[in-house]
Amino acid sequence: MRKSATGRWSKWAGGALALFAGVAVSAAVSGPARAEGKQLTLCWAAWDPANALVELGKDFTKQSGIEMKYEFVPWTSYADRFLNELNSHGKLCDLIIGDSQWIGGAAENHWYVKLNDFFDKEHISMDDFVPATVVGYSEWPKNTPNYWALPAMADAVGWTYRKDWFARPEIQSAFKAKYGRDLAPPKTYDELKQVAEFFQGREIDGKKVYGAYIFTERGSEGITMGVTNVLYNYGFQYENPKKAYQMQGFVNSPDAAKGLEFYKELYKCCTAPGMTNAYMQEGLDAFKSGQVAMQMNWFAFFPGLYKDPNVGGDKIGFFVNPAGPKAHFTQLGGQGISVVATSDHKDDALTYIKWFAQPAVQQKWWQLGGYSALKAVVDAPDFPKSAPFAPQFLESMAIVKDFWAEPSYAQLLLDMQKRVHDYVVADKGTAQQALDLLVKDWTKVFAEQGKTVASE
Amino acid sequence: MTTIIHPDQLARAPEAKSSSAWRGRGLSDRAIAWLFVAPTIALLLAINIFPLIWMIRLSFTSLNLSMSYLPLRFVGLDNFQDILTDEDVWARLQTTARFVICSVALQVIVGFGLALLINRRFRGHSFWTTIILLPMMLSPAVVGNFWTLLFQPQIGPFNYLVSLFTGVPPSSFSMTGEVALAPWTIVLVDTWMWAPYVMLICLAGLRSIPDYIYEAAEVDRASPWRQFWSITLPMTVPFLMLAVLFRAIENFKMFDMVNLLTSGGPGSTTELVSITLKRAAFEKWRTGYSSALAIILFVTVFGAANIYVKALNRVKQR
Repeated sequence: MRKSATGRWSKWAGGALALFAGVAVSAAVSGPARAEGKQLTLCWAAWDPANALVELGKDFTKQSGIEMKYEFVPWTSYADRFLNELNSHGKLCDLIIGDSQWIGGAAENHWYVKLNDFFDKEHISMDDFVPATVVGYSEWPKNTPNYWALPAMADAVGWTYRKDWFARPEIQSAFKAKYGRDLAPPKTYDELKQVAEFFQGREIDGKKVYGAYIFTERGSEGITMGVTNVLYNYGFQYENPKKAYQMQGFVNSPDAAKGLEFYKELYKCCTAPGMTNAYMQEGLDAFKSGQVAMQMNWFAFFPGLYKDPNVGGDKIGFFVNPAGPKAHFTQLGGQGISVVATSDHKDDALTYIKWFAQPAVQQKWWQLGGYSALKAVVDAPDFPKSAPFAPQFLESMAIVKDFWAEPSYAQLLLDMQKRVHDYVVADKGTAQQALDLLVKDWTKVFAEQGKTVASE
Repeated sequence: MTTIIHPDQLARAPEAKSSSAWRGRGLSDRAIAWLFVAPTIALLLAINIFPLIWMIRLSFTSLNLSMSYLPLRFVGLDNFQDILTDEDVWARLQTTARFVICSVALQVIVGFGLALLINRRFRGHSFWTTIILLPMMLSPAVVGNFWTLLFQPQIGPFNYLVSLFTGVPPSSFSMTGEVALAPWTIVLVDTWMWAPYVMLICLAGLRSIPDYIYEAAEVDRASPWRQFWSITLPMTVPFLMLAVLFRAIENFKMFDMVNLLTSGGPGSTTELVSITLKRAAFEKWRTGYSSALAIILFVTVFGAANIYVKALNRVKQR
């Protein structure tokens, strides 16, 4: 009796093992089977331009027969998700539109395919693209002809404002009476602060409005991407232009400290309540709901804002990041498109890049809501008139400056997030102390990376 | 019983044996038991023990996954020294300790109070028990998201409620964005979510007290207050201690809810050590350093929990 029960158990156990093995084998063989269907997966952030890219990609599928699959991740987890994927040599993405700051790490770690030979073979010249985008999105080491990406989405920080409010006679006269000049889109940060103070708490159409929206997000990159727009223009520099990695006196110069103080003043005087951890989406919400007079945000969102039925069209205006007392720059955004080195479909991915680099495709990319970096598109005589924000976009792309793009960029970024947020939002210490601590943090990161950091 | 084997049967025996050797010879109970346990053990080894050993090994190295092209160096105890001499890490540990102490204390007070109320078995007490238990059934991610909306200074009902009772303008303060308020905000939300859990444990304790003890106390004319201090509280202390243990361990590694509510901000005001660990491991990619930090945290929790369990056993024995 016992024997027969054991026998039955053995049979069940054997069956279960066979089933398990069968499932495992079928799972193993299904991978290559899927690959035969000519499909490419493109990874990017989930935002307005990604929708435009999906639309554009239909032409590629029509021409090549290769299906496009998309993996879009919200910005707040975009870097975590895809850097994890690249770090673990995953095969999720064949093509990736990676952030500009990833380029150093991606090149050094061989996550991306080097594109020089491919560009030579297909006669794709980097001279045909806006220089800032080539340096920012494609080159590593910077300013050397080593290309790891094709500039895909040009972007920078810009500003939107309520053109309809600015145009109201009663508001104009009140502004002139207070500041002795006409109310107009600000050209300097001092002017911006005046305008923001003027609108802060003002009642417009029976609703209380606020002066400006600026980035303050803590978790990913928000406050850094915001504060650098002021810091650069007050004299902040990442390093001594004559001596690489020498940060003392450049990152924490008295001018840089003044810039950081200014950002905090702007945050305290002129933003809406509760904007303590706010980035792109919160800015869009604040502007679309008619809460703020001026909004800092990426150019990538401006086509969508211009189409907005409540605040778009004639009600919205655009201006370039204002100048500071020492310089005039704006924070570079945007990304290049790269082929992932672990992809099983590298040839198809390169076919996509070849297709994407064509002037006609780039022209359509701009028309659909993406931002082309191809000179043939942006230098065309009719480009400035092609969208109300096009002139500001062109002007901005000529004055862009980017964050570190070193392989250790994530550490450098998170250190800056912490120090700046601690000072601006949490009122901890002084601006000078925050920047001194930042130099200390960054020195440690570079030392770990094996770089020699000169203190003087 | 005697079995007679026919010669034909004997002749067929080897054939039968070869065709069903598996069934004929069979597997012993011990082998079957191992067969069933083996996948679990293999899984445990693969996803728990092996990573733990690997993590210990990595904690003595300079590995940084975002710079995996750099040669892997054995750095001895450098990572541990870095962590233990880093003022920021100590500040995060203090933040975590304050959060654990405040939230667990509040949860015990609220949970025990609720348990005392529910234990009275009033009309509809089952319904109210279910309602009270709802928060702990939600995902921390959902809780984090909807409390973020509730705390929104301009549209969130929480600020309006406070304004109603205090007269303070609703948009004049931000629960998640102010240094003075944010630590209390995470304590408040955690208490809202987990006090029902403490209530459940306390309720089990209260219902395990035999009625005859209270009857004897009443015969002795003990006041309700005296009954509470001499019977109810002492007999529920082991349950309370158990609840404290569970909640303290959980809150020591709290991540998701706080990350969604404040991202550790403003500045680093609510950055718990688990958030620091996540940032070091999966955002800065400092694998060696974060492995060392994980080990330090593991030893801390494990050591504290062991001491606590010994105390708990002593209380139970009394």
